Amino acid sequence: MSLVSLDEVHKYYGENHVLKGVDLRVNAGEVVSIIGRSGSGKSTLLRCLNGLEEYQQGAVIVDNQSVENDDYKLRLLSRSVGMVFQNFNLFPHMTVGENVMLATKLVLKKSVTESRQLAEELLAKVGLADKFDAYPGNLSGGQQQRVAIARSLAMSPKVLLCDEITSALDPELVGEVLKVLEQLKEEGMTLILVTHEMNFARDVGDRVVFMNQGKVWETGPSDEVFANPQTDELKSFLAAVR
Amino acid sequence: MVQFTDWDILKNLLLAARWTILLSLLAFAGGGLFGLILTLLRSMRNTFITRVIQCYVEVFQGVPLLMQLFLTFFGLSLLGIEVDAWTAAILSLTLFSSAFFHDIWRGCIEALPKGQWEACRTLGFTYMQTMRYIIVPQAMRMSIAPTVGFSVQIVKGTALASVIGFVELTKAGTMINNAVFEPFKVFALVALLYFVICFPLSVLARYLESKNHVTR
Amino acid sequence: MSYQLDFASLVPYLPEFAAGVWTTIELTIISTLGGLALGTFCAQGRISNEAWLRRTCACYIEAVRNTPFIVQLFFIFFGLPALGLKMTAWQAGMIAMIINLGAYSAEIIRAGIEAAPKGQWEAGKTLGLTRRQIFMHIILPPAYQRVYPALVSQSIIVMLGSAVVSQISVEELTFAANFVQSRSFLSFESYMLAAVIYLVLAILMRQAFGLLKCIAFKNPSL
Repeated sequence: MSLVSLDEVHKYYGENHVLKGVDLRVNAGEVVSIIGRSGSGKSTLLRCLNGLEEYQQGAVIVDNQSVENDDYKLRLLSRSVGMVFQNFNLFPHMTVGENVMLATKLVLKKSVTESRQLAEELLAKVGLADKFDAYPGNLSGGQQQRVAIARSLAMSPKVLLCDEITSALDPELVGEVLKVLEQLKEEGMTLILVTHEMNFARDVGDRVVFMNQGKVWETGPSDEVFANPQTDELKSFLAAVR
Repeated sequence: MVQFTDWDILKNLLLAARWTILLSLLAFAGGGLFGLILTLLRSMRNTFITRVIQCYVEVFQGVPLLMQLFLTFFGLSLLGIEVDAWTAAILSLTLFSSAFFHDIWRGCIEALPKGQWEACRTLGFTYMQTMRYIIVPQAMRMSIAPTVGFSVQIVKGTALASVIGFVELTKAGTMINNAVFEPFKVFALVALLYFVICFPLSVLARYLESKNHVTR
Repeated sequence: MSYQLDFASLVPYLPEFAAGVWTTIELTIISTLGGLALGTFCAQGRISNEAWLRRTCACYIEAVRNTPFIVQLFFIFFGLPALGLKMTAWQAGMIAMIINLGAYSAEIIRAGIEAAPKGQWEAGKTLGLTRRQIFMHIILPPAYQRVYPALVSQSIIVMLGSAVVSQISVEELTFAANFVQSRSFLSFESYMLAAVIYLVLAILMRQAFGLLKCIAFKNPSL
């Protein structure tokens, strides 16, 4: 049984048919990169996996839970699915430590000591142990994004969704964030990333999904897909981004 | 004792509301004109004038309007000028709104991006040319919504003229209530009439505000 | 122009002024706390999922914002007792001030809430927080901070507006000035003194709020 499975998922924004029957399976421990032009539906697809977007047809199952538009079920689901955003979405009025501790305190009802200990561990893991009491506004983009990763890890999710998490960063800061992802992969975390970082997708990712016109246009193991794209659309896309 | 029907009450209130509207219009015109003069004076960027105007605004925004009415009413008579409630009300509402109008308009001028000034500098415009052709037209468009919004404050401010004996809507309400003693009905009607005057202005201000946001 | 201003003769009346100032301060503090609480509640109501709550809050806010404070005050003090709701002048003044600030601050706070980036809600959702938790912990604190200056100004406006409650004989600063001028016949001097006190109160209030800001918001730059 796959950790994540999508069956014939259709999504409309009013008249606009964004996802046109998407099928996808992701197994535990896999690192899957979703690539494609802007407007191809890749972010929408990712956001359907944790209920940030509703879909109109088909089925999405994550960690044996059906993703439906129901506040309670989605809250339960959030313990299995973490998400990191393009623009971090850290809470500006809380310190780095408070950002990481918030959900463990409020959702998992852990004690402050326990939450704090976990937060310290996670921040150490992303290399920011010394920033516990800093405010997000005083950190670089790369540091903020690493805090965001630590924050979502605090819920010990089974799969981490990354939505273009390096796109808002200055080029010299991209590396520190990708390094954290590599580390997570080594620990066996399941990662699904929408990304423009082709090198990362090829070198670290297990599998690539090329989205085009709201469909999974082409998919396969990373090295094969990059070395030997089958469709014209993927070929022209790869030519354009290289 | 005179018998008042509901219709009599409403009719008398409506008649009094004319004075509320007239007083509001005069205060709006007077305050607008005087506020404009203040804004022009301030744009001369003379440190002394700016200081004086800042104090002026600070005082009129930091003292209750009611107190301003009392001071005008009693202060002028000290100077030997006999004033009636009309003159005192118009005068103090004018001064009050001029301070606010000036503050609103100055805010609009200062809200324009610095790049606009810099662009004009590089094009060789003089200060007055920059103001006249670039700054004022843009600031004016921005200022329409808050200006309309403040007119609601003026209408509501006129209610305080009742305290110095000017018979407008609120005073009429008090007088009618003293005759019929139906405070719930009378003051609810008074409030309703103010609402009828103010609400369209509020809606207009909000509409203009949202339009502003779209075009910008 | 022969009139000489005579502030010295006001000295015997200073206790009256002091008592008035105290009542004004008391009214201001309670109404600020009550008004901001009411405003927060209504701001939340304005963005609620329940249509009836949204509409009720909108009606309240529009009704208050589009009628003069003095009429609201008369309606509460003279009108409501006709329905059997008895209250003292002080209570009526207090209620009117709270209701007034509640409506204005609701709109201000709502603007702060609506300025929250959508991503803040989404981040809270993906962490499994309930809508209420997201609102209380993530959205509201920065919203307050964003609109703090506007809330301060509005609270000061309500403090100045409290002058009007003298009209239902609440013995605050303006009432004191009225009283003193009727006794001493020094009308201009009494009102002048009261005006200066109001001005000082407004300035002090701004500074007190400035201090409070440092305590309330740990992160000065949002």
